[in-house]
Amino acid sequence: MKSAVILFPGSNREQDAARAIREASGRAPAIVWHADPELPPGTDLVVLPGGFSYGDYLRCGAIAARSPIMRAVARHAERGGLVLGICNGFQILCEAGLLPGVLMRNASRRFVCKMQHLRVENATTPFTRGYAEGQVVKFAIAHGEGNFEADDATLEAIEGAGQVAFRYCDAAGRVDQAANPNGAEHNIAGVFNRRFNVLGLMPHPENLIDPLVGGIDGRPLFAALAA
Amino acid sequence: MKARVVVTLKGGVLDPQGKAIEGALKSLSIDGVTAVRQGKVFDIEIEGDDRDGARKTLSEACERLLANTIVENYAIEIA
Repeated sequence: MKSAVILFPGSNREQDAARAIREASGRAPAIVWHADPELPPGTDLVVLPGGFSYGDYLRCGAIAARSPIMRAVARHAERGGLVLGICNGFQILCEAGLLPGVLMRNASRRFVCKMQHLRVENATTPFTRGYAEGQVVKFAIAHGEGNFEADDATLEAIEGAGQVAFRYCDAAGRVDQAANPNGAEHNIAGVFNRRFNVLGLMPHPENLIDPLVGGIDGRPLFAALAA
Repeated sequence: MKARVVVTLKGGVLDPQGKAIEGALKSLSIDGVTAVRQGKVFDIEIEGDDRDGARKTLSEACERLLANTIVENYAIEIA
């Protein structure tokens, strides 16, 4: 698998993403600068990492979503290529129109940084086939604006099409407001596009690949992509 | 030509920042404020004096960048 991690001014999780990919696939991803007009030829997977691109100016991900490389990422997605956006990368994908909805300020008004249980909602995609449907996993979350919002028609459409990838839940897999860290509609932590080749999620699977730092629940995601 | 674009959250969209400001006003004993919604103002200079053209340019700017129309409305004022 040939992969590329996009580096925006203010990205700060690109090395975590690169390490997760390297350990899963045995091959280091290209680190691609946001101002580049093209992806490296033959790229299979594009990862938009976490961070604070452009200092969250205007809206989270808004400026990064209009950078030159994003036109190439949109063409890659249009061709059926895989795109994974984590945290700020999810915000960028929503702003770029590659995913539905928008990430708003957390309802609590607080930045949340903690471990969070998630329920896998759709395990039939290239990203999630290493998990079982309904499986409860534990990832890290660290964001101030992860409150997923969309209008009712959009929510109905993404629920109906199985586009919800992960939902916030408790250790027992219960999805309720007590387990919702940011106010996201329907406890949505991650969504796919209609073709299931683009995934955005607020939690950080790339940080859960080593038992030394809290668990390995993120490994199956990268292993599935690398397989 | 000077123009001003005002971007506001659509009704019904939760505005935690507005809520926090509302709380801060209360703590300053500034009474009588029942709700605060925070928005953004952009002061923009446009070349030439074609008002219709400027409006068109600014509409495109709002649709493509200044506002996220999923959750925000925009208003354009041309001086």
